[in-house]
Amino acid sequence: MRNKYSLFSLVKNAFSYHENWEKAWKDPEPKKEYDAVIVGGGGHGLATAYYLAKKHNMKNIAVVEKGWIGGGNTGRNTTIIRSNYLWDASAGLYDHALKIWENLSQELNYNVMFSQRGVMNLAHNLQDVRDLKRRTHANRLNGIDAVYLNTEQVKKFCPIINTSPDIRYPVLGGTLQRRAGTARHDAVAWGYARGADEMGVDIIQNCEVKGIKRNGDSVEGIETTKGFIKTKKIGVVAAGHSSVIANMAGLRLPLESKPLQALVSEPVKPIIDTVVMSNAVHAYVSQSDKGELVIGAGTDDYVSYSQKGSHDVVEGTLNAILELYPIFSRMRMLRQWGGIVDICPDASPIISKTSIKGLYFNCGWGTGGFKATPGSGDLFAHTIANDEPHKLNAAFNLNRFVSGDLVDEHGAAAVAH
Amino acid sequence: MFIINCPYCGEREQSEFKAGGEAHIVRPKQPTELSDDQWAEYLFMRKNIKGIQFERWIHTHGCRKWFNVVRDTSNDVIKAVYKMGEKPPTK
Repeated sequence: MRNKYSLFSLVKNAFSYHENWEKAWKDPEPKKEYDAVIVGGGGHGLATAYYLAKKHNMKNIAVVEKGWIGGGNTGRNTTIIRSNYLWDASAGLYDHALKIWENLSQELNYNVMFSQRGVMNLAHNLQDVRDLKRRTHANRLNGIDAVYLNTEQVKKFCPIINTSPDIRYPVLGGTLQRRAGTARHDAVAWGYARGADEMGVDIIQNCEVKGIKRNGDSVEGIETTKGFIKTKKIGVVAAGHSSVIANMAGLRLPLESKPLQALVSEPVKPIIDTVVMSNAVHAYVSQSDKGELVIGAGTDDYVSYSQKGSHDVVEGTLNAILELYPIFSRMRMLRQWGGIVDICPDASPIISKTSIKGLYFNCGWGTGGFKATPGSGDLFAHTIANDEPHKLNAAFNLNRFVSGDLVDEHGAAAVAH
Repeated sequence: MFIINCPYCGEREQSEFKAGGEAHIVRPKQPTELSDDQWAEYLFMRKNIKGIQFERWIHTHGCRKWFNVVRDTSNDVIKAVYKMGEKPPTK
């Protein structure tokens, strides 16, 4: 049993200048064979491995990651967590995740800094008002907390917003989910990695998948930069590179991979104590615990794996930010980056079996996967272990693109794409 | 951000254009005879290539004409531009 993180362990390690903390996870070489291999060591992949070991007693498993864990979209997102989606299937999926978030730090014995500071979604035109009111009602019918705010209430909740009727897209109202908020994204990957490692999961970094070996309609293993690994079950959680892995198995997915950008400002004193998102003008902002403004921009509209987006996308977002928050006009931006997101035609994810036995995909989270990390891992683990979806992810199968039973969440996705 | 050489207007910034996705997806000749699987392939499934991709673009803030582009999606370098109806370059 690994040492528990506690106040006592913190004091004890302080006496040795914090130089003797044990490693949070090992750095093993791959074994010849595993019962299951997870491709992708981001939050979703590590959570999948954690729940496979914890709830389904699959201990002989590995996570293979081409770079370092949490170095992809897990470390690039704007850390927003909420569950105010429109349709019943999505409400079930995202609120399942939110409920796990609420106890995640305790469960993992790792502080993921989950902060339920509320998420406000603004309306800037009459259609926004109608859509957001409809979504508020739908959320409440599904047991998800949601309130609709008028312009004065928006101003009261977040005083720095410019609610003047004279701006180009005036604030006509908004919704508020108080249980929503943010978490520390790296900590989520590290906490799940530590938990999974403790149960015997091999986390293998710098190990890129180069091919998937098939025998007829089932999988036999993966070719990697660290050699062949035999396995009967492969769970792919490769985000923007899902199609690349799918192509190795001879599959096509309904995905397009596009750059999504974010940026942070210089750190300042606390100025905004919630998350404000605005779909119509495409601006969303929160403040990190270090004091930086965390700003999310939109996706580029072309397929690209280059991990850098267009300048005009950032410019458009900052124009909207300045109109809504004139107080930020002299803030300087410190860093800007892009991540590659895999976008589904209906802006909903895929957590599904495939036509190839033993090959599972968890992808298509597009611009909003971080919030679902714990729930996604839990449900994907269930799907892999039982070779059947859980009832909460049954609607998110690949077959919906054949049956036409899509889960259209373009409105709730809140990032224009 | 990159520069696209519109076959009608010349070199312009990418922000003047809109991407139209994968090129050369042929609309089914007899739609009524397609199975649901075939419809799904046509409507939704994409190669989503990391590497050389053939794609469509429209010069929305210019001549408003559609054309094709060959671009390496791993680094956004454009290899060729050709008009609608022309044969894609083979080199």
